[in-house]
Parts: sequence; structure tokens; C-alpha cells
Amino acid sequence: MNTLDIVTAVLVLSGSTLALTAAIGVVRFPDTLSRMHAATKPQVLGLLLVLMGAAIRLRGNVDVGMLILTGIFTLITAPVVANRVGQLAYREQNLQDQLTKDELHESTQGGPNG
Amino acid sequence: MSAIWIISAVMLTAAAIIVMFRILAGPSTLDRIVALDTLVAVTMCAIGTWAAFSLDTTVTYALSALALISFVGSVSVARFRVPDIRRNRESRYPR
Repeated sequence: MNTLDIVTAVLVLSGSTLALTAAIGVVRFPDTLSRMHAATKPQVLGLLLVLMGAAIRLRGNVDVGMLILTGIFTLITAPVVANRVGQLAYREQNLQDQLTKDELHESTQGGPNG
Repeated sequence: MSAIWIISAVMLTAAAIIVMFRILAGPSTLDRIVALDTLVAVTMCAIGTWAAFSLDTTVTYALSALALISFVGSVSVARFRVPDIRRNRESRYPR
């Protein structure tokens, strides 16, 4: 068990811990925006940690490129999904009394459609 | 070293089971989308852990396929779904 194995173990274990805490948060939190806050942790950080662990363990293999590609693709697509779902949740649920600052409402008030 | 894989597998399985509850019980479609994204992320973590455990690289293609499919699925459901609550008044926020 050398140093790289220990690094792999730490990365994979922290990724799994993030996945478990996110699952608990998705079940426990009260509304959709809070659940999104909990759910985006393993989507990017936990997955990247596990992929880094796998890439260290599979070092020298050709298929490490596929792991890097998956990480880059997740980094690109996660904000798009979060933007769509968050905008829908803001529009459909009454969240105005829970927000401390409502910049979307302020920016749409003075506009041509406001 | 094998204890680490067992701990990681137990945590990922528990995470998948807990998220499944939110998929079944989520009050709105958006909660189900968020929970499904979390479930796919947990699955991708599990596949990555399996690739690190078994040194088997054939499953890495499933990782990028899952990333593609979860993105397309979430965005299309968020775009084309039927709203849960039909509002009577005009929406303040135009598309």
C-alpha cells in the first residue's frame, strides 16, 4: 500500500461521503431550491473526486481520457441543468418570503415585460 | 485496502436508496428531477468506484454515456413538462 493508493482511498471515500450527505440533504430539506443546493455537491465535486481517484488508480491506461472527458462534460452541463430547474422552481413556487435578496425580481421589474 | 471499497460501496448504496425515497415521494416534478439527477450522480460515482476497484476500464464509457443522457433528460423534462400548479393570473416572468 503505497502513497498513491492512500491518495486514491482518500479521494474515493470523500466522494462517497459527499454522495451520502447529498442524499440525506435531498430527503431532509424543505423546498426545491434547498434540495438543489444539496444535490449539486456530488454532481460536480463528488464525481470529480471519484474520477480523480479512479484516474490515479488506472494511471497509464488509455481509458483515463474517458474519465477526463466525463469530468469536463459534467462541469459544462451541471450549470445548465441548475439554471433551468432553478428558474422553474422560482417561477412556480412562492419563495419570495424566504429569500433575503431577490435579484431576479428586481431585474424583471423595470424591464420591457415587467 | 479492501475495507475502503466496502465502506464506499455501503455509503453509495445507502445514498441511492435514500434518494429513491425522494423520487417516489417528491411533491412536484422539479423535486423528482433534482432527485433523479442526484441518483444519476450517485450511480456515476459508483461506476467510477467500480472502475477503481476492479481496474476494469470498459465501464468508463458508461460514465460518459450517463453524463450525456442525464443532461439531455433533465433539460428536456424541465422544458417540456406540464406544470403541477396551473396559475390563473398572468405569470410575472416571461420565458
